[in-house]
Amino acid sequence: MIRRALGKIYLGIVVLFMYAPIIVLIVLSFNSSKSRVVWGGFTLKWYRTLFESDAIISAFGTTLTLAFLSAAIASVIGLAASLGIYTMRKRNYRIMLFFTNIPLVNADIVTGIALMLWFVRFLELGITSVLIAHITFNIPYVILCILPKLETIDIRQFEAARDLGATGLHAFTRILLPDLVPGIMAGFFMAVTMSMDDFVITYFTKGPGVNTLSTLIYGEIRKGIKPEMYALSSILFLIVLITLLIVYISGRTNNNKSEPADY
Amino acid sequence: MKYKRLCLVTVVCIILCTLPACSGKSSDDRTLTVFNYSEYLDPDMLERFTEQTGIRIQYEEATTPEEMYTKYTTGAISYDLLCTSDYMIKRLIDEGEAQEIDFSALPNYSNIDDKIITLSKSFDKDNRYALPYFWGTVGILYNTGKVTAPVDSWNVLFDGEYSGEIIMQDSMRDSFMVALKALGYSLNTTDENEIREAAELLKKQKKDVASYLVDEARDELVAENAVMGVVYSGEAYLGNEYNSDLEYVIPKEGSNLWIDSWIVTKSCTDTDAARQFLDFLCEEDVANANFEYIYFSTPNKAVVDDMDEELKTNTAVVPTDESIENCEIYEALDPDTTNLYNELWKEIKSE
Amino acid sequence: MSRKKVQVLSIPYILWVIGFTVIPLLFVFAKASTNAEGDLTLEYLLAIFDPVHRKALLLSIALAFTTSLICVVISYPVALILKTSKFKNTKIIMFVMILPMWMNFILRILAIQLLISKNGVINHLLSMLNLPSLNIINTPAAIVVGMVYDYLPYMLLPVLNCVLAIPDDIIEAGKDLGAGRLRVFTRILLPLSLSGIGSGITMVFVPSMTEFVIANILGGGKIQLLGNVIEQEFSVSMNWNLGSGLSVALMVFVLITTFLFGHDSSGSNRNFVL
Repeated sequence: MIRRALGKIYLGIVVLFMYAPIIVLIVLSFNSSKSRVVWGGFTLKWYRTLFESDAIISAFGTTLTLAFLSAAIASVIGLAASLGIYTMRKRNYRIMLFFTNIPLVNADIVTGIALMLWFVRFLELGITSVLIAHITFNIPYVILCILPKLETIDIRQFEAARDLGATGLHAFTRILLPDLVPGIMAGFFMAVTMSMDDFVITYFTKGPGVNTLSTLIYGEIRKGIKPEMYALSSILFLIVLITLLIVYISGRTNNNKSEPADY
Repeated sequence: MKYKRLCLVTVVCIILCTLPACSGKSSDDRTLTVFNYSEYLDPDMLERFTEQTGIRIQYEEATTPEEMYTKYTTGAISYDLLCTSDYMIKRLIDEGEAQEIDFSALPNYSNIDDKIITLSKSFDKDNRYALPYFWGTVGILYNTGKVTAPVDSWNVLFDGEYSGEIIMQDSMRDSFMVALKALGYSLNTTDENEIREAAELLKKQKKDVASYLVDEARDELVAENAVMGVVYSGEAYLGNEYNSDLEYVIPKEGSNLWIDSWIVTKSCTDTDAARQFLDFLCEEDVANANFEYIYFSTPNKAVVDDMDEELKTNTAVVPTDESIENCEIYEALDPDTTNLYNELWKEIKSE
Repeated sequence: MSRKKVQVLSIPYILWVIGFTVIPLLFVFAKASTNAEGDLTLEYLLAIFDPVHRKALLLSIALAFTTSLICVVISYPVALILKTSKFKNTKIIMFVMILPMWMNFILRILAIQLLISKNGVINHLLSMLNLPSLNIINTPAAIVVGMVYDYLPYMLLPVLNCVLAIPDDIIEAGKDLGAGRLRVFTRILLPLSLSGIGSGITMVFVPSMTEFVIANILGGGKIQLLGNVIEQEFSVSMNWNLGSGLSVALMVFVLITTFLFGHDSSGSNRNFVL
């Protein structure tokens, strides 16, 4: 019993650590003072002015478009690549993994400037260049999420289906794909998260007038973050939280089987 | 089958997202690409300009002159107008990146204070290229509740009395400026011994420094996480608004006087639109809106004349002639001196 | 099935890697191995051995290592507790861990700064309870706090994934055969979760090594990591050659480290991440 309680307390502390800054940000969104270090009283005005701020709204749109589009494209390319890499021999497999790791280990500013130097030779910087850059650093996350999943899959089922006359594609969509979905989803969301958080690479590869939330925020660090930014973050957080609760409750109501331990 | 569909979706997605980029280009709209410091211009004014003239503005921001220079020189984006600091303006003019501006064609140019135009000669010899936008000084913002002795010298940052309570500028040139001035040297010195002496002073000082920040220094002082800090004059006014104990002073040894100005780039083709934009910025209303957006000192006489008495007598907002007597404008340093600065600064930071 | 046919699927990716990873990388190598005049030189590639840079590298390694270690120490008990609890909905757990990451990371780091700064929230609470104040802002410890906070999910997810996947019967069998708690832990649980810890360490260590924004905000500009030096060289000193040289050195170092981790910890298991 005591062990259980201690365990719960420990989990509580970890969750508190992870959510304390979030609480701070939500509190700041209700602060009527523009300075983040002065409490000027409770207000809801930033939630109103947020929707009047074209800069933030359009940056938000760009951020979401970039995040989901780059994650989707990266997932498609990454899934195909994972299947290919999986069937490779040890040496090629290692080479592929090596190159996959490069965008992860390179300092962002180096990747950003190198891509900028390369893009200017054949492409006008705009949203397309940012998209390409985001796909580039997203693919590795997708591959690194799908590959381990592939390793755990019993390939014999797939081969049995093939032996029984299923076409490759048919066997793939019916047998392999369902097992891969958790990996693909993990990769996809990882990619979305990475894309939404990136500042440096976006900054160097973006064209004029293109702004994401990150580039806006970075510009504001020095002069003070606009309170509307906290409001937007809080709303975003709430939306994701509600989605989570819905998933949780719907999972509870049709509580048929215990979830497999994916991810 | 599914693959084909996936490919199709991907292709459609790519086309969809490249469309806006293309359509933006093919239209006949007049567009200016403007590059400025972040949070340095009231966004409403950009809208007003487009409403008045029909000229669209593509607005880009950066936080440091070096960042601007990097983005500008790679040619990735062709900027039409650019606002940056004195020494970077000089560099761009010297490299032939600026176009002459016909100031006689700017009716509102007369609003600009002659004093600032004269001062601008230090980086724009014949006043042919640069239009002053904001200016100011660097000084000490301190908490009068915690610092009782009068602050009038840079030495207060070096005598160790306020150990752990000092914020320095996280910018090489500004930190060296403080040390050089405290030692009584010119902030544009190229004498290696003087620069090394300043570096030694900064290294010795590091244990007393709470943090090296840029404009965030203001918030830290407002929150009383430190009692004094080196800040740009523009931060002083807002700092005082949030915490009335904060007082700004330009030390008696003198300081840096800076002028941020606009230039029209070499690659700008629609110079008429650029001219309209610059003239628009000089309008009293517009200059006032931009002033009230950040409270940096404006070179616009008309705005200064119409200010409240309280603002007008605030030396952080409107520097007096005496307060800037010992101040100097940064000159671009030669490559050897720049390398020396870089090296010593890294040593200080790794202490 | 025919391997060749399936391998064709990786062609788009290979092209993508060549187009947008390898070629830009060549630009970096070119910059790193030439000087401002364009002549070949080893100066910048070897600049990492310069005392100032070496110091920054060592500090980066120390902080990245500490961060990874603390992340393991925090994550592992979480995984064990969840394993023994009845709550097995891992999707929910994963969401709870990823959820904070949906707030922009700069905002989150600024929030941490508000929490731990001298007149910050935590110190206000401590002084209300008459406890001594916490003075870690602008020190390496603050940077570690920030990095642990930001990268903890990267450790939690793979560790959790790995520990939860260990079949209960193996543990039961161990117990039945007379192993005590400690022995079950050292002989069964730990070896079976090494691959998760290994990938977690890689996922935490690598970004910690190249980080500069957290170091800038929470270190108060007083602490210079290699990421900061590289960033400075590119964006302030405008010495791209030196910046490239240092980042090539950093890249080589990180690749070697991850290669070692990938080998030692995962053994035959090719499970690399998650």
